[in-house]
Amino acid sequence: MDQRPAGLDGPVSDLLLRTRRLLRPGKVSDDLRTITYQGGRAGDVFYRDRWSHDKVVRSTHGVNCTGSCSWKVYVKDGIITWEAQETDYPSVGPDSPEYEPRGCPRGAAFSWYTYSPTRLRYPYVRGVLLEMYRKAKASTGDPVEAWRSIVDDPAARRRYQRARGKGGLVRAGWDEAAELIAAAHVHTIRRHGPDRIAGFSPIPAMSMVSHAAGARFISLIGGTMLSFYDWYADLPVASPQVFGDQTDVPESADWWNTSYLVMWGSNVPVTRTPDAHFMTEARYRGQKVVVVSPDYADSTKFADTWIAPHPGTDGALAMAMGHVILTEFFVRRPTPRFLDYCRRYTDLPFLVTLRDTGDGFAADKFLTAADLDPAPGDPEKFKTVVIEEATGRPHVPGGSLGFRFGADNAGKWNLDLGGVTPRLSLLEHPGTEPVEVLLARFDDGSHTMRRGVPALRVGGQLVTTVFDLVLAHYGVARDRLPGRWPTGFGDPEPHTPSWQEEITGVPAATAVRVAREFAANAEESGGRSMILMGAGTNHWFHSDTIYRAFLALVTLTGCQGVNGGGWAHYVGQEKCRPVTGWATLAGGTDWSRPPRQMIGTAYWYLATDQWRYDALGADELMHPLGPGTLHGMSMADCLAKSARLGWMPSYPTFNRNPLDLAAEARAAGDDPAQYVTEQLRSGRLRFACTDPDAPENWPRVLTVWRANLLGSSAKGNEYFLKHLLGTDSAVRAGEVPPELRPRDVTWRPQAPEGKLDLLVSLDFRMTSTGLFSDVLLPAATWYEKHDLSSTDMHPFVHAFTPAIAPPWQTRSDFDTFHTLARTFSALAGKHLGTREDLVAAPLLHDTPDEMATPGGVVRDWAHGEVSPEPGVTMPKLIVVERDYGAVAEKMAALGPLVDTLGVTTKGWTVVPDKEVDYLRGINGEVRDGVAAGRPSLARDVDACEAILALSGTTNGRISAAGFRELEKRTGTQLADLAAGHEGTRITFADTQARPVPVLTSPEWSGSEHGGRRYTAFVLNTERLKPWHTLTGRQHFYLDHDWMHELGETLPVYRPPLDLQRIFGDETTGVTVRYLTPHSKWSIHSEYQDNLLLLSLSRGGPDLWMSPADAKRIEARDNEWVEAVNRNGVVVARACISHRIPAGTVYMYHAKDRVIDVPRSEISGLRGGIHNALTRLLIKPTHLIGGYAQLSFAFNYLGPTGNQRDEITVIRRRSQEVEY
Amino acid sequence: MRVMAQLAMVMNLDKCIGRHTCSVTCKQTWTNRPGVEYVWFNNVETRPGQGYPRTYEDQDAWRGGWRLNRRGRLTLRGGGRFKRLLSLFANPKMPSIQHYYEPWTYDYDHLISAPASDHTPVARPRSLISGEPMKISWSANWDDSLAGGPELIPEDPVLKKVSEEVRLSFEQTFMFYLPRICEHCLNPSCVASCPSGALYKRTEDGIVLVDQDRCRGWRMCVTGCPYKKVYFNHRTGKAEKCTLCYPRMEVGQPTVCSETCVGRLRYLGVVLYDADRVLAAASVPDEHDLYPAQLDVLLDPHDPDVIAGARRAGIPEDWIEAAQHSPIHALVKEYRIALPLHPEFRTLPMVWYVPPLSPVVDTLAGTGHDGEDIGNLFGAIDSLRIPVEYLAELFTAGDTEPVTAALRKLGAMRSYMRDLNLGRPADPSIPQAVGMDAEAMERMYRLLALAKYEERY
Repeated sequence: MDQRPAGLDGPVSDLLLRTRRLLRPGKVSDDLRTITYQGGRAGDVFYRDRWSHDKVVRSTHGVNCTGSCSWKVYVKDGIITWEAQETDYPSVGPDSPEYEPRGCPRGAAFSWYTYSPTRLRYPYVRGVLLEMYRKAKASTGDPVEAWRSIVDDPAARRRYQRARGKGGLVRAGWDEAAELIAAAHVHTIRRHGPDRIAGFSPIPAMSMVSHAAGARFISLIGGTMLSFYDWYADLPVASPQVFGDQTDVPESADWWNTSYLVMWGSNVPVTRTPDAHFMTEARYRGQKVVVVSPDYADSTKFADTWIAPHPGTDGALAMAMGHVILTEFFVRRPTPRFLDYCRRYTDLPFLVTLRDTGDGFAADKFLTAADLDPAPGDPEKFKTVVIEEATGRPHVPGGSLGFRFGADNAGKWNLDLGGVTPRLSLLEHPGTEPVEVLLARFDDGSHTMRRGVPALRVGGQLVTTVFDLVLAHYGVARDRLPGRWPTGFGDPEPHTPSWQEEITGVPAATAVRVAREFAANAEESGGRSMILMGAGTNHWFHSDTIYRAFLALVTLTGCQGVNGGGWAHYVGQEKCRPVTGWATLAGGTDWSRPPRQMIGTAYWYLATDQWRYDALGADELMHPLGPGTLHGMSMADCLAKSARLGWMPSYPTFNRNPLDLAAEARAAGDDPAQYVTEQLRSGRLRFACTDPDAPENWPRVLTVWRANLLGSSAKGNEYFLKHLLGTDSAVRAGEVPPELRPRDVTWRPQAPEGKLDLLVSLDFRMTSTGLFSDVLLPAATWYEKHDLSSTDMHPFVHAFTPAIAPPWQTRSDFDTFHTLARTFSALAGKHLGTREDLVAAPLLHDTPDEMATPGGVVRDWAHGEVSPEPGVTMPKLIVVERDYGAVAEKMAALGPLVDTLGVTTKGWTVVPDKEVDYLRGINGEVRDGVAAGRPSLARDVDACEAILALSGTTNGRISAAGFRELEKRTGTQLADLAAGHEGTRITFADTQARPVPVLTSPEWSGSEHGGRRYTAFVLNTERLKPWHTLTGRQHFYLDHDWMHELGETLPVYRPPLDLQRIFGDETTGVTVRYLTPHSKWSIHSEYQDNLLLLSLSRGGPDLWMSPADAKRIEARDNEWVEAVNRNGVVVARACISHRIPAGTVYMYHAKDRVIDVPRSEISGLRGGIHNALTRLLIKPTHLIGGYAQLSFAFNYLGPTGNQRDEITVIRRRSQEVEY
Repeated sequence: MRVMAQLAMVMNLDKCIGRHTCSVTCKQTWTNRPGVEYVWFNNVETRPGQGYPRTYEDQDAWRGGWRLNRRGRLTLRGGGRFKRLLSLFANPKMPSIQHYYEPWTYDYDHLISAPASDHTPVARPRSLISGEPMKISWSANWDDSLAGGPELIPEDPVLKKVSEEVRLSFEQTFMFYLPRICEHCLNPSCVASCPSGALYKRTEDGIVLVDQDRCRGWRMCVTGCPYKKVYFNHRTGKAEKCTLCYPRMEVGQPTVCSETCVGRLRYLGVVLYDADRVLAAASVPDEHDLYPAQLDVLLDPHDPDVIAGARRAGIPEDWIEAAQHSPIHALVKEYRIALPLHPEFRTLPMVWYVPPLSPVVDTLAGTGHDGEDIGNLFGAIDSLRIPVEYLAELFTAGDTEPVTAALRKLGAMRSYMRDLNLGRPADPSIPQAVGMDAEAMERMYRLLALAKYEERY
């Protein structure tokens, strides 16, 4: 080819350019393509100026995303300009990727809020209320009397309640706003009792001091702090069920150690943005990645295999994978590593009794030492039994709950089998007989399966092992056993791969392949197979069963307690690493114990009257094999029972003021606990939860901070508006008919509207919670205060630091609550004085309370089955003295109980005497008043120091002392894990300088020893410390009566609830499943109003739907649509995409109503938030308490506010929208 | 040979999680000010998708970049320089604001100041151009993660080139993210388009900038840039563009978009090139030869002649050393896994991309490949969800061979490293199968997987 020299355009052009080249200073290239300059370019100085800044400050974002990312905040001329991620995390090591940079676009957009028009700059009060208050105060001359006069006037009260959420906020001064709030608190305590006051603030890890400040105030006055982890449905109830632990998971850098990763219902790039890189990078190390997601989620991009089960059917897939693993790795080719692991660390070898139902046998209760002993002591009822392989005799290994407490058992609570090999299966055992057992299934109408197990008679009882039951339940056939068994993977009997294919739509071959790969990888790698699970599988009503099926996979294959393996549940920032210090401050337990801590879901369920609309009774959930004691009970009845048996906390507790109850008892010369017990037994006193609509039982004052309850987490949002707040709502449901109403709970003909006297919120931006609040206090942002942050995703603690002082009239949460406390104390000293408060406390986890219910056999004192005995068959009743005039002084000092009672976490106690001295030194000592001589907590920095000093993760002395305490129980070596860092104490200044790695501590179950990556349960697998469960091992089997009632003693598949049938929904229109997965453009409702992120998305609420569903409603992309069901209405724009499966719509969580939401055609009101279409549904098994690992701890166990089983009708609406 | 130094970037799309952190930090730092509300020096596009501004890659419509004229000489697609001078006052090939997006805000203040009324206050959207209420119908990232799929994606100019047969069905869904900044091209058509000589390329590092004093707002650069990465500030009346964060780069800090990239997928480094060969490389007749030609322009920084040439050209010693340790050179020239974006625009772009792997299309079929098993490795790459043809239209003017080669190297690396990860003996046949040795493969692994801060920048 004729190749002429390269050139531009043509000769004329060349000439022109050459000429010009001579006329100007820049250098035109010889070939005339381009101009270059060097040096001295004044025309670009603009960008250089823009980059210049005065200082850079380390802070972070206190948002519930588990990020806990350290950020550089840039400041110029006293103005926050922008932020960028810090990159100075301590190294993970030379052969691993590092933690830098951590942070996502949401965090990067945060500084927009500082000066945005949605920033709250001043205190606001609803105009109509402020006017009333001013008038009443002028006439009464006293703030408390003024408040009383308003709330005692039904018309006045309704007037400001009806105005909630409808504008009309007016500015008030701090003094006046604080006085109004304090007056309401004082009046409520005096009239109704302190437990009618509640505080809601979630996730302490995301800003510990800000959380603790308010919780401390609420706790010291005797108010109720509401739980969040369970309420958010982030708590995987399977975790306490299986592990006896709230949640403990690997840090994200441990994904790097995984060689087989299943991301199951967890969209890591979207929800774990700062850590997603560990996953993308581990693939280069040969990690295989499987994504299980019903849509083509962002995580799918990184998968080798994408599995798309129908929404909510994940449990079936997991059961089938378990079937494959048990078949191939346990029966056909027993895998030594797996068998050994299961013998040591699971309940699989333990014996379970078989009960003759008359129609065949059914598994019943764990056999205990009490069954072998003619005169057993109480602990024997909690010592479970195995068969020793060598001798064939029953053996009671150490480590079960019966060995945990008491002087006799010192040193015996461990997993050391001492050379004994427990039998997993009795099949080869001499003298066993094949017995047919009935097993639960929920995938069809038959409810039961008949399959055989080898059984043996021990101590007069017919028993088999959990392992034999598991094999039968999973349908793994063995010779000589009766019953109906699948003939192979292709037989569609439970729980084979073909069986799941019919349910999930996932090809059987895929299920087989992934299960096989998962287990083979675990075998070859020594347990480095991981399931990373998330909200997509955790937010369902039956998520505990889904999770138990997952946990079976990682436990059978010996992955739990191994770096790079096991479960990795990341939903909610649950890990407040310096937990002991935070809990002490937040609960005010340095001054008085116990604090009132309530299960959030139950609280809202009753307070918002969702129970009156709940057609889901226990009968819908019960299994015919159960004892039938729940028959005919509504969920409100179940709640009431759980409360009166002391299983779960219940606040407000009684239909009387607990201050008055204590006073009455004293007046009668009685012990208050005895007095109240007798009153309850005789029926003169009732639990408040048995009549939630009686005015004396309403919650009266609620303060919300660090949260957007009404724009985000409130499942059944419209019921909140209607019944709790008493304003307009789009509730469309009817109340349940008489036959579905509660049996033990009083049904009042008219549901109250507007239970709450006062809603206070603190925020720096305007949300729905602010819009509906009576008083709204302007908060400092995360760049304007001192605080601490930690997460489960990384092993560091690091600081919030103010880049600027709080601008306008904003105050930090810490300062706000101290302001309120001072104002409150001044009024309370006069109106309340010092009172005795009778606190009803539930039976607690990690205490001997766990042994209140031998065998998990339920006996109800209210039915005369047992006598009411506080702390055993009913709640503990404890008198607490409250010096109401001294609340502010107590808040601002570390109280004396830490010196006498010490600090307790998960069952071990340390007295922090040296730390108290240390804190006196650095924080200063209080001179006068009730706290004289105590260390000061007057400033936020003081609180930071106290949290760090009192926790084992941040203070080596506490850690070492805790391990030594624990060693006394276990008799195994633990304290060496802390030996190297006993002298290490992390200070607040350290956390400001750089993220600081935490220390190995008995507060958690992993080890960071020697720079190791954190993963859960290393102390258990390597140091033989028992799990905090009945057997001391990881549980497949749960034998509590109520687990039998629901047929969930073993991992089982339960389909999503059929709400259309249960609630009798209209079926006209296009009905679809309604899912609310976490959003790419916000963290819950935070940032969903941020202009930068709105500009990068669709600028407001949208409803993602498949092209097929869009076609059915004749909607085009970006057209306005409405989604409606019995709970409410959502108005949004359609976002049509082929990556969404047909039959399901997504409204990404959390769409508040503040941005671009028009009025609905259907309700005539402003369209609702994403949770306008959901409602609360309670699962009775989450209410179990007082029994081994099924015992209450705050945010540890409780009913979850699940939200994934919902359905909705969608339709295209008029494209003319009104605001 | 005339040695010049160029700062260049590689983005590993296989690691990109599409989170737009880069976009937000860049916007916050540089363009959150009046006049450039709609401007994102850095943006991230979901592919398939229309891009920002919409369909910018369709040069039949937008006339950006260069083409070869009938004489085989390189000419601006927007017209020769004479023609452009004549059309100074009526440049018809400008994207309108609607092609970017009409920026908006909300009545946020109303949420706080609303008087008592019958309804809950809400913040309505309002145009930042007209101040009027509006319905939002396009944004800086409207078709994010396949939003609007069947209605919007068919307009993707790249998809149009690939095939009629790419179906936008649930079963065959594929997507990936493409972050974009200014390409700081070796042969920048924006610079050549400017009638005022306001655009220039910095001699010492190749950064392309607009001289704000000299810019007269003709906007020929907007037309000239085929990537549409020069923007018009409607308040100052000047052009603005990505500066490769030169105030940071000059003091040894990476660009904002690189350092804040939470996927850790951006690499920055120095490459040396032969300025005398740029025009020829941009002028090769066959578009498939553009990528190899562009590679040939890059010089080996270890070659003594090149080093001598660099010294002659006044390139400082530490820059020469930086070029020798450059991750860009390693990924582009040594491992050949990073490819240029649209070489057919003939601008010799200096932001390179490692193409993304994706799941195989087997979800509903029930068959499948073990992607790490060397026996299946290449079969699996042939059945990836992202069509290789699509990637080739982005990175190699439609030539699938270099894309496949790059993807095979990534796959082989995974397979090779899996053996080591599980404690098996290393299999040297795996790197050999993709033309590498074990040592190079392990170095590539460290650069891509460990990607330490000091090695990325």
